[in-house]
Amino acid sequence: MALASTAVERVFREEYGRLIATLVRRFGDIDIAEEAAGEALVVALEKWPELFPDTGQPPNPGAWLTTTAGNKAIDRIRRDKVRDAKHEAAEMIYDDTPHEPTGAITDDRLRLVFTCCHPALAPEARIALTLRLLGGLTVAEIANAFLVQETTMAQRITRAKAKIKGAKIPYRMPEAEDLPARVSTVLAVLLLIFNEGYLSTGDGEPIRAELTGEAIRLARTLHELLPTDLEATGLLAMLLLTEARRGARVRGGELVPLADQDRGGWDRDLIREGHALVRQCLAANRPGRYQVLAAINAVHTDAPTAAATDWSQVVALYDQLVRIDPSPIVALNRAVALAELDGPEVALAEVDRLPLESYHAWHATRAELLRRLGRSADAGAAYDAALAVCDNTAERAYLARRRTQLSPKCEGSSPEV
Amino acid sequence: MTHYLMSVMGAPGTEEEFYGYGSKEEMEQSFAETGAFNDQLKADGQWVFAGGLAPVDKATVVDGQGETPVVTDGPYLETKEHIGGFWVIDVPDLETAQALAAKASKACRGTIEIRPFDGLA
Repeated sequence: MALASTAVERVFREEYGRLIATLVRRFGDIDIAEEAAGEALVVALEKWPELFPDTGQPPNPGAWLTTTAGNKAIDRIRRDKVRDAKHEAAEMIYDDTPHEPTGAITDDRLRLVFTCCHPALAPEARIALTLRLLGGLTVAEIANAFLVQETTMAQRITRAKAKIKGAKIPYRMPEAEDLPARVSTVLAVLLLIFNEGYLSTGDGEPIRAELTGEAIRLARTLHELLPTDLEATGLLAMLLLTEARRGARVRGGELVPLADQDRGGWDRDLIREGHALVRQCLAANRPGRYQVLAAINAVHTDAPTAAATDWSQVVALYDQLVRIDPSPIVALNRAVALAELDGPEVALAEVDRLPLESYHAWHATRAELLRRLGRSADAGAAYDAALAVCDNTAERAYLARRRTQLSPKCEGSSPEV
Repeated sequence: MTHYLMSVMGAPGTEEEFYGYGSKEEMEQSFAETGAFNDQLKADGQWVFAGGLAPVDKATVVDGQGETPVVTDGPYLETKEHIGGFWVIDVPDLETAQALAAKASKACRGTIEIRPFDGLA
């Protein structure tokens, strides 16, 4: 019995985004959609084992859930109509545009993703709504993943839904001219979900695979829905190539830097898939931020050993990225690659110019470069500064150990100062 | 004739019961009085437009001055107080507007700010 309900719940989770998206389009209200989907789950848990004793599920579970949930929503609206005839109209999400011409949109989930990631919603609300409505995570799961109280997360989601309804955030595709900017907002949300899983904040697990996995699942969906959007392709490739290294990235609770990772522990299937996507992007030759980041990850995952990394290629790609995104964080990452190509002194000069004093990676990068230059005292101070602002447990462990390994005879007598 | 904006200062939060009115009866009484005030404005030919605004947590801020518009959730942070609703009236002078604002204030249970329009589009 427990096994059966797990299977039902797994199907439900997989179908949730599609189910909610269809119901919102049909009934124009997110709350009605969620409630109807929840009721359909209850019916499925009760009936599937007896209706489908062999397989435990109907031949097309998605269609079964959609029909059942649709009937539940109609029941609910009828009840509400009896109570208050105006109620239904007042609950409708505003959408006065005629339906898209045939062929433009095949999947309601696209409308839903653009609603969930609408720029008029606060960024943390976009993340929460996307995980809840498209990912099918429970409020408790999302709260847990972001280390906030369940009531806080519930409020955040309720408030976001109230804003969608109250301010009439539409449930439709953006205009063609707005599409690149709106897709970019969606990609940013998926990357934030992934990053929170990959380098988790707080005292819990250093990596939360449920978040990286969910970000990849959503990125796959988006790529499937927008197959010609190269940035969506690039983001998926980047996430796959990063996820491929996850198993080798933490050892004994401590972060393992790229150069020291056991490359045999990398997931070859994910790497193959990511490389194929990067090749698609390169062939199209219309580079964007995520495509370049994916290409950088492709160079790293292509190298059989750290020493075999094609650093001139990595630096060239960072040069391209700097032109797209001239932010100090990109410049910092470029400097890390530059250290391998032109040496730590050149890289340190670049790093010292960047206004990133509150960013742990800036201090950690300085610390490593100073260590390589033999400036142990300065390196020690930089490790301390990094530890003071770093909030990932595995990275803290790594930084603390590196701090203790500084050459003692150099300590306090750095020649450059 | 001059157009004046009469803004109702102070916007209720979504959480507030009865939109910041003391009770349901008080809210309904205020709605009735405001409705009567509006009818009088229309009868006297002073009405241009009026409306109550949704709570500020439904607000969105747009800054289109840069290369690409920046859209953010929530009300404009530098605003000290938010308006809950407003009238646009068409009257001969400020004294007429003041007298109407006094009535409007009483009806809607809020302080009113009057500003003349500096030309109309």
